[in-house]
Amino acid sequence: MKKYTINKTYQQINEKIKAGDAVVVTAEEMIGLVKDQGPVDAARHVDVVTTGTFAPMCSSGAFINFGHSAPGIKASKVWLNNVSAYAGIAAVDCYIGATEPCEDDPLNKVYPGEFSYGGGHVIQDLVAGKTIHLKAIAYGTDCYPNKKTEKKITLKTLPNAMLCNPRNAYQNYNCAINTTKKTVYTYMGALKPRMGNANYCSAGQLSPLFNDPYYRTIGLGTRIFLGGAEGYVTWNGTQHKPTAKRTRKGSPLTPAGTLFVMGDLKKMKPKWLVGVSIQGYGCSLAVGLGIPIPILNEEMAKFTSISDEDLYTHVIDYGKDYPQGKSKNYGRVSYAELKSGTIEVAGKRIPTVPLSSMVRAREIADLLKRRISAGKFLLGEPQFILPRK
Amino acid sequence: MHSKILILKFSKTVAEKPIVCYLVKNHDLTFNILNAAILPQREGVMVLELTGSKKNFSEGIQYLKDMGVQVQNASQEVKRITKQCTHCGACTAVCPTGALSVIRPEMKVEFEQKKCSICELCVPACPTRAMQIRPTNTIFFE
Repeated sequence: MKKYTINKTYQQINEKIKAGDAVVVTAEEMIGLVKDQGPVDAARHVDVVTTGTFAPMCSSGAFINFGHSAPGIKASKVWLNNVSAYAGIAAVDCYIGATEPCEDDPLNKVYPGEFSYGGGHVIQDLVAGKTIHLKAIAYGTDCYPNKKTEKKITLKTLPNAMLCNPRNAYQNYNCAINTTKKTVYTYMGALKPRMGNANYCSAGQLSPLFNDPYYRTIGLGTRIFLGGAEGYVTWNGTQHKPTAKRTRKGSPLTPAGTLFVMGDLKKMKPKWLVGVSIQGYGCSLAVGLGIPIPILNEEMAKFTSISDEDLYTHVIDYGKDYPQGKSKNYGRVSYAELKSGTIEVAGKRIPTVPLSSMVRAREIADLLKRRISAGKFLLGEPQFILPRK
Repeated sequence: MHSKILILKFSKTVAEKPIVCYLVKNHDLTFNILNAAILPQREGVMVLELTGSKKNFSEGIQYLKDMGVQVQNASQEVKRITKQCTHCGACTAVCPTGALSVIRPEMKVEFEQKKCSICELCVPACPTRAMQIRPTNTIFFE
């Protein structure tokens, strides 16, 4: 006897996509569908559910090969628009990390620092087609005698450029408050004293990993929307923690799974890779990411029908506890409460502040839906799924 | 009560006359000089906040212009560069007047300029630098 009533394969769904017959809905549309039809009928009817998220994802960056010029150089230090890129790779390769600030940045010397330009901005400028100033220095070798080079580069003229993000699309994240008497400027935004606001950062019911909580369909080879182009999940992300405590429906209550993703930077768009400055904290890159989830069976229909009411996170004090490595839980709140505008913590009503753009997340899920419906985006079957232990 | 910060530019000959004195005396206006300087070519520049009834204010400005003083509006406003805003919502943490707010359930960020007190807190708080300070472009006699 088969485990599920509905059984579809990646191949079957891809055939339907190619024929233009696939039924594709967004994760938000799926909620009502499963409610009305039940998971079995919904799974029979729907082939793919699209998700999306758009938020600062610090663990992002790009590998860049800037090509040889004569005389050759084995670059040991590289700067792109005066932002340092890691050059300890091959002769003309470097990795520009999203959070690297510009060399002349006053950082937090004038507190809270503004962090106007950094690696994330370099990536956005590259993708926008802007000319970037490259400077490299070297110690000189017999085969690569040049000790210094400066040149103008553009994304178009670069031999290779790949976005390579070691940790994206966090499955859930903390809600941040500040119980101290002073405003703190954190990676979770500005937090006013005495629990003046509560900041959170997740697309909730549209978030990719919330819709496949046990990573049944996500792993190496899953084709995704990344920065406006096609990309791939290539591994689990760093700090991937599938063992986080979960609700009965499977959604983690604390930060859990993460993704390692890659894609061709040359095909990406500046709208979906946006350099950001986080006051008092640093530079970063807001990444647009979306994952199509195949409805292989009724269980996947059930998973993708999760709504903000069933998704929870915990409240952490970023003023006192977090800097000391403590994570005292100030309570459990649902994403429905968070998105309503206020939550209650320790008997106090606190206004909530989102950091993840629902407008852009929805746009990504819609875009992905349209591309799949038009037969322009096929599902990638993972070679193995993300670890669950 | 009408109040605006103005930049006044006096040419060399005009700079020698007691214009601001007559401005406040004849038009019943109060003023607060924020900055004043005589430049090397003996022309004068003054930044002052001028306050009074709307009618007196207009007449005062007319007097300044009649006397050959160049009048510029120095007031500023906060503007949102719509294209740069990703509707993340980070600005709503710092906005004290509710000019920046999240529209539910769409979760779009709205900017109501009328409610803006130009405190400028949103400018460095916006991750994509979509909020900017700009001089207001209001013309005096519309």
